[in-house]
Amino acid sequence: MTTNTPSFAPGDHPDMEPPVSTRGIIGWLRANLFSGFVDTGLTLFVFYLLYLYIPPLIDWIFIDAVWSGSSREVCEVEGAGACWAFIGSRFTQFMYGFYPEQLFWRPNTAGLLLIGLMIPLFIDAFQRKWLLAGFILVVYPFIAFLLIHGGYFGLEEVETSKWGGLMLTLVLSAVGIVASLPIGIVLALGRRSEMPIVKSVSVVYIEFWRGVPLITVLFMSSVMLPLFFSDGTDFDKLLRAMIGIIMFQSAYMAEVIRGGLQAIPRGQYEAAEALGLTYWKSMGLIILPQALKLVIPGIVNTFIALFKDTTLVLIIGLFDLLAIIQQANSDSSWLGFDTEGYVFAASIFWIFCFGMSRYSIALEAKLNTGHKR
Amino acid sequence: MSEHDSELTPSKPAFWNDPKYRALFFQIVLVLALGYFIVNIVDNTLTNMESRGISTGFAFLTEPAGFGILQTLIEFDESHTYGRTFVVGLLNTLLVSGLGILLATLLGFIMGVARLSRNWVVAKLATVYIETFRNIPLLLQIFFWYFAVLGTLPSVRESMSLGAGIEFNNRGLYLPAPVPEAGFSLVMWVFLIGFIATLFIRHWARKRQEDTGQQFPVFLTALGLIIGLPLVVFLISGTPLSWNYPTLRGFNFQGGIAIIPELLALLLALTIYTGTFIAETVRAGINAVSHGQTEAALSMGLSHGQTMRLIIIPQAMRVIIPPLTSQYLNLAKNSSLATAVGYPDLVAVFMGTTLNQTGQAVEITMMTMAVYLTISLTISMFMNWYNKKMALVER
Repeated sequence: MTTNTPSFAPGDHPDMEPPVSTRGIIGWLRANLFSGFVDTGLTLFVFYLLYLYIPPLIDWIFIDAVWSGSSREVCEVEGAGACWAFIGSRFTQFMYGFYPEQLFWRPNTAGLLLIGLMIPLFIDAFQRKWLLAGFILVVYPFIAFLLIHGGYFGLEEVETSKWGGLMLTLVLSAVGIVASLPIGIVLALGRRSEMPIVKSVSVVYIEFWRGVPLITVLFMSSVMLPLFFSDGTDFDKLLRAMIGIIMFQSAYMAEVIRGGLQAIPRGQYEAAEALGLTYWKSMGLIILPQALKLVIPGIVNTFIALFKDTTLVLIIGLFDLLAIIQQANSDSSWLGFDTEGYVFAASIFWIFCFGMSRYSIALEAKLNTGHKR
Repeated sequence: MSEHDSELTPSKPAFWNDPKYRALFFQIVLVLALGYFIVNIVDNTLTNMESRGISTGFAFLTEPAGFGILQTLIEFDESHTYGRTFVVGLLNTLLVSGLGILLATLLGFIMGVARLSRNWVVAKLATVYIETFRNIPLLLQIFFWYFAVLGTLPSVRESMSLGAGIEFNNRGLYLPAPVPEAGFSLVMWVFLIGFIATLFIRHWARKRQEDTGQQFPVFLTALGLIIGLPLVVFLISGTPLSWNYPTLRGFNFQGGIAIIPELLALLLALTIYTGTFIAETVRAGINAVSHGQTEAALSMGLSHGQTMRLIIIPQAMRVIIPPLTSQYLNLAKNSSLATAVGYPDLVAVFMGTTLNQTGQAVEITMMTMAVYLTISLTISMFMNWYNKKMALVER
């Protein structure tokens, strides 16, 4: 019996492997899926639910779906799944609204230019990020306006009432964020000011806009703004919506930037003062560069919220991506494919928002390394 | 001595370099600019309204409205005033916000805990739910539920019966309504007494435990007092409660409680959308309690349930409550999207129909915004009070 057992000097025994049940796939399954009666029950229940709903969903989206066709007849086949032909036939409208088709190159150029300008911002080796960011925030909006709206330099004018679809959604959210940034900075500085009137004006402004829903702001800007100006009885509908969005958004922006200002240690303020810098110099050269860098993730998060909120402009009659899909859904030649339209819109919004939220999380992790306590 | 002192104090700066005067100057300029801006706007608005023949003042509130409202919690018809449309809209807003907050909290807490579950599929499922629905605009979700789901339900004639007298069709969800009969008030009184008695017992039990360390089964007692006792009384007094079932008469269901599809779609979307944010808040709160707390509690001999109830949750709540209240606030504000599907909330009824009929944009916008501001400020005041109460008292 004992002959087969190898003998070891004390301390020389090789390590024994852990029991099979605690390592490898089996160990993982036991720990994460079947660690008890309740756990096993839950796991089986969830798997059953997935089995019930996932295969039909995949069938509907991919396998049985109708991908191309020019009328609703192609989708009215027995057992047909999603009717993506509906999306295909309306695709350019979903992207550009009623923008004239021969001029699509103009918004396209504006978009590609923006992407091209933004690429260096993501390259760590690029040195002049502040300069480029300033260019994008200050100069680029004028270039984009010139390209998309036209009316100068021989470019044909395209009225804002023809703008629509994803293009309008992007324009609205970009304008909202770019224009609210400077206002937000001023308001945030005002809220931290020691002058009582400046402070209370900022606080009232910020708390007022943060306290009311965007929809009431949009209603207000569409019915009340024309009353505010002596000759502005009917000015551009899109401009009205933009003013509403900017007023609303700058309050949120101010709170994000205030967070950054508060995160800068007091020593920085005191050091700037000790150097004899004036208020604006100490803010512009010492505090804001540090604070703004800290709040980039926060700004991205407000951008995500704004991007989703731009859908509300459909209530005051603008044709953003959701509004144009909503309109296509009620088109009598493609009636009954609401779900496809909503799924398409949802996936576009989801891709943008999810992408940005991942970016914001990654950025937070990157920026955090130097500031962890 | 005094001569030396006066030499050491720096000379006073010229008054235009004195920060005090500068601040005063800036603020006077700001007030003047703001004042000019406001006077200008008010003046323009009054002139414009006069030239367009829009009347001013709040007299319109007492005029008859002349339109009906889809869902009213108080009695309302065409002959009631515009002022009453305001109240009807406000009550509908409060109804959908209240129900939404209740359901979203429930869903959010379940999903937040599920995302931290040790069970891999459960955690992944919760993650997928959160990441999917918080990245899709709320308005899109409302439309999806209203047009793509509830709009395609069978008509009233082919209504789906979900059992227990519940009917579901494209006109809404119909539930049986409880009708209390003689003697039911006794049950309600017993319920109330049980509830109050539970509060006293809880207080007494906590005091006794602090003094002597002896524990008292508060939960079981509460269950018996609040649910058991009224149930016994209910059965003894001969079940004094009947149900009013919805029945198909003519073109629609009569009787029971009808939940209109607009409300249903709005509730579904608000619950699912806000639930994702609450889930993340809950997860952050639980993660904020360090694992050492759990280990310390277990090593003191507390059970897993006690650890959760007495150690983790009270500390996590301190982190959870402030962002949770701001989610509630968001939900209340987002309920104004009701107007997109025609649920008669404050914005749809008052800022929509009433504004269109009277044209008094300024008064109506001000009143509507004032309501939301009041709700916001009340909730943030509560939040500040709670924060102060819960803040760690440090040495």
